[in-house]
Amino acid sequence: MDQFAVKVFVRLRPSVLDPAGEATKSASIKLGGEGIKSLRIGKMIEVKIEGNGENEVREKIDLLCDRLFANTVIEDYEYSLEKL
Amino acid sequence: MDNFTVGVVVFPGSNCDRDVSWALEGCLDIRTKYLWHESSDLSDVDAIVLPGGFSYGDYLRCGAIARFSPLINALYEFVKSGKRVLGICNGFQILTESGFLPGALVANKNLNFICDDVELDIVSTKGGWFNNADEKQIIKLPIAHGEGRYHCDSDTLKKLVDNELIALRYKNNPNGSSFDIAGITNEKGNVLGLMPHPERACDEIIGGTDGLFTLKSLILK
Repeated sequence: MDQFAVKVFVRLRPSVLDPAGEATKSASIKLGGEGIKSLRIGKMIEVKIEGNGENEVREKIDLLCDRLFANTVIEDYEYSLEKL
Repeated sequence: MDNFTVGVVVFPGSNCDRDVSWALEGCLDIRTKYLWHESSDLSDVDAIVLPGGFSYGDYLRCGAIARFSPLINALYEFVKSGKRVLGICNGFQILTESGFLPGALVANKNLNFICDDVELDIVSTKGGWFNNADEKQIIKLPIAHGEGRYHCDSDTLKKLVDNELIALRYKNNPNGSSFDIAGITNEKGNVLGLMPHPERACDEIIGGTDGLFTLKSLILK
């Protein structure tokens, strides 16, 4: 069995308004962050997972992302995978 | 309806389960039964309410974890058999997360948790959930949510409009919902999800009775 460290990034789709991102952008500008054109907030999920090789693990992570970590009606996801 | 029983689902974090039960039993004399979310035996209930609250603390996304409970798994057959399911607020979020209803509910446009009475247009007669016998076709119900902005893509919206699946629209959109949507049904009409709380409008003494019709319609076949 191989062990992998996976980092999943979940982001609101570009077409979905991100009010928390907008509020944070506004605060950032007040702090002196001039030049900020866009600020959007997503989630990062770290998973350690065992499996027989990268392909098997990718299949499992794809399922988890598609069914649980992200709601694909409003969110996109991507992930990076590192063999430990 | 002598033995008609409405199952009121209780998740960890549900907080409107007792309100729903009170409204059904106390105001409408309809028998209720609490259903713990781990239960998958729906054989002795005739309709189901997914009440409001914060199931699983709204972790990950509202309704995202509740969707995997044994009860929700059992709900697919229940819905397929034509029995009626009403999802209120967090219940609506669970219904979209589990795919019973299209779209998703996301953070309110202005980020406020909104607690207010809102006027709603009754748009569709599908499922017989609302009384649109009179001309005004407007009801007033309370809302209380931070994540009630209905979102769907344009294809889904077209499908909702074309198939008359939009049940309720806000008169004055409080949260930025697409097309002012406050509630939708499935194509068959036996599943309704809405952000407003009909169970909080079932007695004049607490400000109105516009929610009674929807709760009463749970007993429709």
